[in-house]
Amino acid sequence: MTAVAEPTVPPRRRTRSLPPVEAMAGYGLAAPAFLLIVVILLAPAAGVLVIALSDWQFGATTLNIVGLDNFQALFRDAVFQKSFVNTIAYTAVVVPATVGLGLLVALLIHSAPSLSGFYRTAHFLPVMATLAAMAIAWEALLHPTIGLINQILDALALPTANWLRDEGTVLMTLAVIGVWQNFGLAMVLFIAGLTAIPTELYDAADVDGADGWFERHRLVTLPMLGPVTMFVVIVIALRAFEVFDTVAILTQGGPQNASQVMLYTLYVESFEFLRTGYGAAVTVVFLVIVVSLTLLQARVMDRRVHYT
Amino acid sequence: MSGLVLRDIRKAFGATPVLRGVDLDVRDGEFLSVVGPSGCGKSTLLRIIAGLEVQDDGSVSIGGRMVDDLRPKRRDVAMVFQSYALYPHMTVFQNLALPLVMRRLHAVERLPVLGRFVGRAGRKRAKIAAEVGAVAKVLELDALLERKPAQLSGGQRQRVAVGRAMVRRPKVFLMDEPLSNLDAKLRVQMRAEIAELHRRLGVTFIYVTHDQTEAMTMSDRVAVMMDGALLQVDHPRQIYADPLDRRVAEFIGSPKINCLPGQVAAGGTVDVAGTSFAVPARLETGADVTIGIRPEALSFTDRVEAGVLTGSIRLTEHMGADVYVHVDVPGLDHPVIARPQLPLRQSLERGQSVHLAPSVGSILLFDDRARRIAAGPADVMAMPSRARQ
Repeated sequence: MTAVAEPTVPPRRRTRSLPPVEAMAGYGLAAPAFLLIVVILLAPAAGVLVIALSDWQFGATTLNIVGLDNFQALFRDAVFQKSFVNTIAYTAVVVPATVGLGLLVALLIHSAPSLSGFYRTAHFLPVMATLAAMAIAWEALLHPTIGLINQILDALALPTANWLRDEGTVLMTLAVIGVWQNFGLAMVLFIAGLTAIPTELYDAADVDGADGWFERHRLVTLPMLGPVTMFVVIVIALRAFEVFDTVAILTQGGPQNASQVMLYTLYVESFEFLRTGYGAAVTVVFLVIVVSLTLLQARVMDRRVHYT
Repeated sequence: MSGLVLRDIRKAFGATPVLRGVDLDVRDGEFLSVVGPSGCGKSTLLRIIAGLEVQDDGSVSIGGRMVDDLRPKRRDVAMVFQSYALYPHMTVFQNLALPLVMRRLHAVERLPVLGRFVGRAGRKRAKIAAEVGAVAKVLELDALLERKPAQLSGGQRQRVAVGRAMVRRPKVFLMDEPLSNLDAKLRVQMRAEIAELHRRLGVTFIYVTHDQTEAMTMSDRVAVMMDGALLQVDHPRQIYADPLDRRVAEFIGSPKINCLPGQVAAGGTVDVAGTSFAVPARLETGADVTIGIRPEALSFTDRVEAGVLTGSIRLTEHMGADVYVHVDVPGLDHPVIARPQLPLRQSLERGQSVHLAPSVGSILLFDDRARRIAAGPADVMAMPSRARQ
């Protein structure tokens, strides 16, 4: 290779400055987008950070900078602790269940081409449906006496529960709804990943002796889906972290804060108790988590090509 | 003992017939190439031999054993795929070892960590490692065993694919266009390596390619396939010099054979583009025939007489060692390609008028159904025997 044959010469930096007119045109063309990013993203985020360091209340005309007081109060607050733990628990259930179910359905649909379009659409519907409306439907299904779920359980002589009003079941019930809502998305992504697997690899596995259902998937499908799986996990984790609609509509964080989650706490503190500074502190914590996940996703997406 | 026998293999995808009754006998240890244009069914045939595709009709036997009901892994065949089909998440060592691991270790022994403590997994794995090491040494892969396929060059990946086939010591090697993803230079090198590998292993090779050069240079015999049927199975020399079908003559040889449409005249000669050729066969007057003449069988002459084509030079192709001249002959749709004799090569110019005469005995005659008409004092339209196997 000729390129590596001259290591002693330090690479000369090409410092070609643009002619002023071109530079101006470049800045001019980038300006609208830059302005939008500042107005829509950066300025509000900076604003939230400032409010989080103050004792401002929504509608108040004065504010005092109180430093990290809000954050100290936040981490001592039992409600926030509960909502933080609940959010983690909710995510910890929703992510593996959604990814597992999505993968399973994707494998089933991919293995039998007949009616695959119908199944794909049917399973993707919850992703597209308005969750607020769907939550009402779930509420009816989960009604303690006349709800279909308890009636079925009753008919099968299985124990029933007041799913949304019982501290022990409420979070997991919400998690089930979360899985129902999200696995269609995971499924679509997995189907795309499955389609991209070269069939010659399955042929090679057949000839090499890995021709059982389990062996084929262990040897070819799962490793080849690795990058897609990482992506799906992070996307679903982000969506699970942002759970709000079902909580706001079905449980309002109750009973006894058993379904309190971060985004709902944020909403209540900021817009019901009007403790905007405190709410902003919750927002900052939330932002840090979501941005970290997003950065992780970007890193993973960069390394997506690690096989080929 | 017979290496591989195919009897009347038929296959259709939906309403489209892909294989129309293929019969083939491959000797044990033979290197047979199946060559044909893309879409002729050669890859499907290979997949049927491997067991990756099930034929609609007919039977396959390998080493004297019917394998129609056996799954690919039980057929004792190994396959090298066009894309190599290496497992991208595994190292070269793991890729090479996989066929042995799948065969010799049972499911529990294959478990990642636990498996090592079950039964005699440890000893089996050590033996596999030794065999993989031996194969890697032969293919000069021993320094690359810990790499993943993505870190290898095209030629190295190709060698890993071959190694994965070798490690099991199969009765039959199936290769599906294994060189088509390599650049031209590497292809020539790998061609020699695969031929050498065949000599060393001494097992049956079935090699599918669309590249006639690969087929002609590497094989003991070449099977030319078109539209789902084998047109001719013969030694490379024979395929070139004595094609049984016009399509075979046209497919094999570069540049392509000159095929000139003609008609049998009253005297038994064939009229082509205003001249008439004496042909070594008795033909029915008025029949449409095609005369095939290889470029190197045409010589430049000064005499204008019967059996000499006259035209003007349209193009001169300098190929290094060879020169090919395209000559426009009035009355023919395509230019006639000729390889001039060495002393003439520098003097030929575009637009120059030349006379071309086929050398004695070089004319191949085909009837209106593209079949070869045998030379010699035979009966009218006599056919050579079609099954030269």
